[in-house]
Amino acid sequence: MPAAERQVFVTVGTTKFEALVERVDSLELLRLLKEKGYTKLVIQKGNGTYSPSNILPKGQTTGTTEGVQVEYFDYSPSLAAYITSSALVISHAGSGSIFETLTAGVPLIVVPNPLLMDNHQVELGEQLAAMGHLVSAAPDALLDAVRGFDASKLLPYEKGSASGMVRHIDRQMGFVP
Amino acid sequence: MFFRRPAAKRTKPAKTLVVLGSGGHTAEMLMLMDSMPLQLYSPRTYVVAATDPMSGNKALTREQKWQKTTSPTGFVVHQIPRSREVGQSYITSIGTTLYSLVFAFGLVFLERPEMVLVNGPGTCIPICAAAFVYRVLGLGRAQIVYVESIARTRRFSLSAKLLYHLRMADLLFVQWEALAKTYPRAVYAGRLY
Repeated sequence: MPAAERQVFVTVGTTKFEALVERVDSLELLRLLKEKGYTKLVIQKGNGTYSPSNILPKGQTTGTTEGVQVEYFDYSPSLAAYITSSALVISHAGSGSIFETLTAGVPLIVVPNPLLMDNHQVELGEQLAAMGHLVSAAPDALLDAVRGFDASKLLPYEKGSASGMVRHIDRQMGFVP
Repeated sequence: MFFRRPAAKRTKPAKTLVVLGSGGHTAEMLMLMDSMPLQLYSPRTYVVAATDPMSGNKALTREQKWQKTTSPTGFVVHQIPRSREVGQSYITSIGTTLYSLVFAFGLVFLERPEMVLVNGPGTCIPICAAAFVYRVLGLGRAQIVYVESIARTRRFSLSAKLLYHLRMADLLFVQWEALAKTYPRAVYAGRLY
């Protein structure tokens, strides 16, 4: 990866999140990313049927548009590698993606899926946003969120530990006093 | 933590039944187990939803890692019919829930675990109900440990509500301090992530 490359990675994980893929399929967003110094946009679009057609010629999965390299694919087993090599991650609000990004120290904008019936994902995004670790935005507000995004204002997330729970469980079972 | 006291000092390993609830639930459960002294929580029985082949594979991969061998031993994986699919109506879910309950009572009776380790979603409820009822009847002695998902920052999931209010869980962990304030019998002991 060239040192000057600044990649934005959009990920929906194993879910289907058409609204997010549609929002990032935007020339306006692409111009904004370029303005903010990003050079590459990679979209992991999941198993939805919508494929980017505004930022790439229909049917093409890689290319360069508005001076930004663009690429999309359905899924990859190595999402973690994409996350760690990015300068910004725009993610669905699944806890795996969120904490993978936070613990990698990569700036994060989280977009909770408004279509999820029991939408506790909004809860997690809002909680971590209130703590200053990420920015949470509805799909419709993504463009504004990117425009106002300032990674230097985010606070680093300190990785948790299971040891406290394990101590309680061991005690409960009588393995430790 | 609730109304039963912890077991007396023991060294004999405890037979453990773990429900892997799919997706993020499975990921969190395996993270917790990464930190547990697993020689004490043995043998292990994994219960996965019949609709979720991924979790069984993940359990196998993790057992290989923990046991440092490509052919790990001392554990089994059982499939359980799921009580409610995401999006399934509450009406049609009554039938499938009853079926899950019958299945769970059979499984827990045969496995006789000493600890049931669960973290949602609904799949874990029939197993907990079975373990709880057998203990009340003097037919079992499983401790029930529940870990609420890290995604629940302010409100309990339905599973947590049931286990908490019916006092079925002996230990109920939450991963946010604010939740432990709302539910004083819940334990906050840090976050998995």
